[in-house]
Amino acid sequence: MNKSSGKSPTAISIGIERGKLEIKQFMRQRESVVFTMLFPLILLAIFGSVFSNSIAKGVTFSQYFVAGMIASGLVNTGFQQLAIMIPVERDFGTLKRLRGTPMPASSYFIGKSILVTLSMLIQVALLLAAGVIFFGVNLPTTGEKWLLLAALLILGSACSTILGIAFSNVPKSGRGASAVVSPVVIVLQFFSGVFFIFTDLPHWMQQVAAIFPLKWMTQGARSVFLPDSFATREVAGNWETGKTFAIIAAWLVLGLLWAIRSFKWERD
Amino acid sequence: MSTVISVSGLKKSYGSTTAVNGVNLEIQKGEIFALLGPNGAGKTTTVEILEGFRHRDSGDVRVLDFDPATKGHAGQAWRDRIGIVLQSTNDAGDLTVFESVSHFAHYYGSPKDPREVIELVGLSEKSDALGRTLSGGQRRRLDVALGIIGNPEVIFLDEPTTGFDPEARRAFWALIKNLRDEGATILLTTHYLDEAEALADRVAVINNGQIIEVATPDQLGGRATSLATINWREGGELMTERSAHPTEFVKKLSEKFSGEIPELSVKRASLEDIYLEMIGGTHE
Repeated sequence: MNKSSGKSPTAISIGIERGKLEIKQFMRQRESVVFTMLFPLILLAIFGSVFSNSIAKGVTFSQYFVAGMIASGLVNTGFQQLAIMIPVERDFGTLKRLRGTPMPASSYFIGKSILVTLSMLIQVALLLAAGVIFFGVNLPTTGEKWLLLAALLILGSACSTILGIAFSNVPKSGRGASAVVSPVVIVLQFFSGVFFIFTDLPHWMQQVAAIFPLKWMTQGARSVFLPDSFATREVAGNWETGKTFAIIAAWLVLGLLWAIRSFKWERD
Repeated sequence: MSTVISVSGLKKSYGSTTAVNGVNLEIQKGEIFALLGPNGAGKTTTVEILEGFRHRDSGDVRVLDFDPATKGHAGQAWRDRIGIVLQSTNDAGDLTVFESVSHFAHYYGSPKDPREVIELVGLSEKSDALGRTLSGGQRRRLDVALGIIGNPEVIFLDEPTTGFDPEARRAFWALIKNLRDEGATILLTTHYLDEAEALADRVAVINNGQIIEVATPDQLGGRATSLATINWREGGELMTERSAHPTEFVKKLSEKFSGEIPELSVKRASLEDIYLEMIGGTHE
């Protein structure tokens, strides 16, 4: 049997096929669509309705909250989604089956990244639309701010994706994954200034939050959606844009090393 | 004939438990080779080493002239030539049979046609059904379809018919023979004797991590030449005689009784008798 006649597919072309498949499967799992896509909107509806006050001149709490929820969206669609989904695939034998095919490992991760990117974009679009329509949230007015948003979404989502892949090895089973991963995300959200104004939090909480990337993602999102006059109300008295990107990038590198060392295709 | 799989002196332990303790095997091109043994005998460990899923402690292993333990990109070209059907999997429930099979075709250099493969495993009518709506037997056929879509030269089947009803098993066996007739070499593990007997060209009996015997199913354990057991009733007592020449013996008995012999039976050892004797165990 001469097998050299067929040309071997590349890691990227297989990765794109995997991305299509991931999206197809995702759309067919109604619970996960509802959980990852609609839950943040429900939170926005609740918080936006309860706290309708202004927190500074020209800044409503909703505006502050939308910025925080967009940052959370990066964590939900990347870290949370993958750290719950991958252990389930490990339990079901999906990963082991793939390992037995010529599919390059990188194709699997390319597919996951495509899924995360799409769900992240839908998530951000939904939050922005709901914020603008129901809570009078102001969109950025300068090209520079939109560019900053794009950079934040790209880097933040990449960081979140890698950390989700790395963390997927922590839950012992697919069934328990949600119980392990969700509290991590929720606690980080409380600590990182998503649900409350960050500078109102106890000092120790702010310091703990500053270790993790979500705090920096929310701060980055505020620098996009809040007027520059608000920067003086931040911890450092300015947006710390360079530091924000540096810390998120550092977590990306850390996550990459962690994922390479720990990723398993089979349950022990 | 060329050797497709060769294993010599294979050993593997998990902690203090020895799973595989010096296995030797030679499997030829175009064979259906069954690895038969009770649960925990070392079947799955052996096969998973051949599939490149597990690392061995010692010994030599070649599959299609390639060491499955080789790291890096060389393994991908090798995986293009093998097909693996694992033990129970439960994935891709939200994809249709056709979607799964045609997706897996993208992984290979020269895959088979997805429609043909679905036809071959007898799932044409379920082609547009979601994975999670399939019965156990249909699910297993999908596993096989995914294992053979790459047009493999070697197919590994790990306990392929566990949980099948008799009819589904027979249909499955026909499918496996069909694949062999198309030129594939097949290594299957099973703890069902009748499966090894019905399917395999050669059988290796494995127990406690060692191969006890390798033979064709009808030669296993000296079955073809074993003594026949003759039972009859004489003076109210059930009599038993083991003989290499049962015809001769029955003839003499017949003369003795001048006609019909009460409750006469002549039995050769069944494969099951021999197998149970070999593994020194009892029925599961």
